[in-house]
Amino acid sequence: MIAVGASWGGLKALRAIAHGLPPHFRVPITFVQHRSKESAGLRDLLQDCTALIVCEVEDKQPIMGGYIYLAPPDYHLLVDGDEFSLSVDEPVRFSRPSIDVFFESVAERFGPEAVGVVLTGANEDGAEGLRQIVARGGRAIVQDPRTAESAIMPRAALRAVPEAHTLPLERLTPYLISLATSDESMRPRRGSNDEARA
Amino acid sequence: MAVQVEPGSGDRGGEGSRAVELAPPDPPSAAVPTAGDIAAAAEAPVPGYHPELERIEIQLLLEGIYRHYGFDFRSYAYASLRRRIWKRIDADRLKTISALQDRVLHDPSMMERLLLDLSINVTAMFRDPGFYVAFRRDVVPALRTYPFIRIWHAGCSTGEEAYSMAILLEEEDLYDRTRIYATDINEVVIRKAKEGIFPLDRMQEYTQNYLRAGGTRSFSEYYTAMYDGALFAPRLMRNIVFSQHNLVTDRSFAECNVILCRNVLIYFDRNLQQRVHKLFYESLPIYGYLGLGSKESLRFSGFEDNYEPVDRREKIYRKIQ
Repeated sequence: MIAVGASWGGLKALRAIAHGLPPHFRVPITFVQHRSKESAGLRDLLQDCTALIVCEVEDKQPIMGGYIYLAPPDYHLLVDGDEFSLSVDEPVRFSRPSIDVFFESVAERFGPEAVGVVLTGANEDGAEGLRQIVARGGRAIVQDPRTAESAIMPRAALRAVPEAHTLPLERLTPYLISLATSDESMRPRRGSNDEARA
Repeated sequence: MAVQVEPGSGDRGGEGSRAVELAPPDPPSAAVPTAGDIAAAAEAPVPGYHPELERIEIQLLLEGIYRHYGFDFRSYAYASLRRRIWKRIDADRLKTISALQDRVLHDPSMMERLLLDLSINVTAMFRDPGFYVAFRRDVVPALRTYPFIRIWHAGCSTGEEAYSMAILLEEEDLYDRTRIYATDINEVVIRKAKEGIFPLDRMQEYTQNYLRAGGTRSFSEYYTAMYDGALFAPRLMRNIVFSQHNLVTDRSFAECNVILCRNVLIYFDRNLQQRVHKLFYESLPIYGYLGLGSKESLRFSGFEDNYEPVDRREKIYRKIQ
């Protein structure tokens, strides 16, 4: 599972990642973007730039390769076994969805198969969650703060995880693709997307 | 719900026999484990990371709570449950789930605190305004044709959404012939709901929600600002029956024209969701309405074919068979 957290300035960064992923990309990838309760257009804006299916998560939705999952506004997103799960627990650091909440549950569920990516943002969400992903054997990637629209969130992530891999936005997606093709543990274990649909 | 608080029941003995009961039905061959086996089981690929052990601890905690106090959280969604349990552990400066289990089983006041953590759902007045817009547009016209309207609000928490529905129906001139049965597992929130007092500092947000929800008056008409909260008009309360009801163990209590259960089932696992959907199905007449949370789905309920979508986005359904 690749878990991506973004806040201020995230739309551009997420679109760049979505655009760069090839149609045969089979590692489940999830975007958690801070946004207002009522914003509904993000899915379409992302779908416009990728051949993968962008899907705003519903409760108990199975996790499958071939999809870009998007955390719905005003819910916390968690993973539960092979499914997503949602909660309306109190916002964490004023955010719902909270990147920390999602990353922590990804760390717990996926351990060494988790990749956490912290992108641009004007708060410190994601830093603690990224630390937990690494503590459970997963990988950490942080957008180079100098290339981020707002450097606060990547900087906080780097303070929490100094050993994180730091990359400018344009090299992020190629790196994710190389991880997905080289690392056996990143491949989805439950059949392919097509099998799951059948 | 059968709540069996047995004060002073700490020393219960019989540990051996209970351990046998908890063992899996078909244990692997009865070989005595060696020291090497034990070390292997304790060794985690990442030091200090024992997800399977944590799962065992949580199962034991929930089993203990169920057998000692009668509260059944065993079929709750694991990820949210785990988060809420750790919040309680951190708040009480404990170290492990097992330490929490010790406190919970021997100290009923700790159980009460944990019960609030595990069972309270956060809500707001006119949460998801689009839902109320759709309800006015798509459901109210059908309700007008009924001489009497019964609405079951399942998992009402502190009552914000039940009051919101009362306001909507008053504005549609339907409230006189409506009864809202608002239920929750937790008696503490039901008592709070009956007071009809909500925090003043949220009125600005609720006013915004109310306007977006298609409210036709001024929201401030519905409450009186007091020193410590906003007291909602007693006339809104008159047709709401707040009562304790457990979706996990209790049965249906009335046939209702509308069932609202929004953002409650997300805390249940898939099996329990299906059981509750059966309860809802049995409590609705043909053409009765079911309203879920905006990211909840009938897809995994086992009853998808029995409903037709009335508003796909706002998750309003109508029972057709």
